[in-house]
Amino acid sequence: MLKLSGKTVITLNVNGSAHEVAVRPADTLLEVLRNRLGLTGTKIGCENGDCGACTVLVDGWPIKSCLMLAVEGVGRTITTIEGLSNTPVQNAFANFSAFQCGFCTPGFIMVCHSLLMHHPNPDDYTIESWLQSNICRCTSYQEISAAVRSLISADA
Amino acid sequence: MIPYDFDYYLPDTWQEAVDIFHSLKAEGKNPLYYGGGTEIISMARVGSIRPDAVIDIKKIPECQSFGTDGTKLIFGAALTLTTIRESGLYPLLSLAAGRIADHTIQCKLTLGGNLAGTIHYHETLLPLLLADATIHIANAQCIREVPICDVLNMNRKLNPGELILMASLNKRYAAYPYAHIKKTKAEKIGYPLVSVAALNAGGVLKLAASALCSFPFRFKDCLLTDARPAMDIVRELLADLPEPVLSDTEGSAAYRQFIFEKTAEKIITGFRNEASHA
Repeated sequence: MLKLSGKTVITLNVNGSAHEVAVRPADTLLEVLRNRLGLTGTKIGCENGDCGACTVLVDGWPIKSCLMLAVEGVGRTITTIEGLSNTPVQNAFANFSAFQCGFCTPGFIMVCHSLLMHHPNPDDYTIESWLQSNICRCTSYQEISAAVRSLISADA
Repeated sequence: MIPYDFDYYLPDTWQEAVDIFHSLKAEGKNPLYYGGGTEIISMARVGSIRPDAVIDIKKIPECQSFGTDGTKLIFGAALTLTTIRESGLYPLLSLAAGRIADHTIQCKLTLGGNLAGTIHYHETLLPLLLADATIHIANAQCIREVPICDVLNMNRKLNPGELILMASLNKRYAAYPYAHIKKTKAEKIGYPLVSVAALNAGGVLKLAASALCSFPFRFKDCLLTDARPAMDIVRELLADLPEPVLSDTEGSAAYRQFIFEKTAEKIITGFRNEASHA
């Protein structure tokens, strides 16, 4: 049985690279990504699992990194917004101006990327249920929805 | 940020998990079993709880069990709600799991956490109550297999240190017509004003509710095939509540009862219409 106590060095696979990092068992993945690995594209929002600004992918599924301990990430494949350069979702967000201040954008892009990986041709209900996990205070929802739908029609 | 330290254990077996729980308790410490961890992290962050250790159950084989075993469907306690939702193995459970919190949180929430956590809605319990599921619970001596109704219906009867490993049910329940309706105060994502799950088991209405009272519970079964108006059946159900209807900031008792009546009536009418068109 593995036991971690106090500060311990663990290995996290983030954006295709193995990173050795010293963490406390109580450290969240969000804190470690930002403060130890310098991956500040993952944003700190509510820290309560409500806003979605801190969303990353773990084994391809969206996870709010404020509600995951870093030690749970050992052996998993973690992807942050920095690991998604030049993806169709990012280009669609730019083309449809699917952001204003941009603070929520990394989280939305992670969710949209995962959505299209798992459901390449999602129906309206599926799109709505996935996107309800994130909040945009600038209310760019229509543009975000249009960006996602543009990729469906391109694939269909 | 969680402003204090705790130890992290990752047992390989349920025996290790239960043993370390009791060892830590004997040392005067406060351990918690850890599945998805969403509730533990959010409560620890604000200081509502202060565990000395968390025991992560995700490597325990029984907690990850999932699928069909002969005539049974098996759902391990460490399965995420996303896994359950996407599988559609027991459609009513998939539907109920898909309405808890939001989609991304469902990728972290686990069945065991939803059943055993402190948030009192426990909506995944409803389909399991209706299917007369068996719950497999590890304690210091053995695994006990007991009807879920005996342990989790209404007031909980889990002993300190007991660990939910999995739930199993006869797969015939997955074939019955089903319905789940969750009503919230305002938003689509939120705690339920009422959450109602139902099965039509060959003309017998099986119905369970969360948030109508302070705990989830199953109603007595009743016949769908008699000629009574649907609302008469609903009134019969309401006449046998285990405690008065809940009244809180989500809704008053009178409003909750009104919403329940309309929801249950809609479900009963829907089942009857389906049956008449079959």
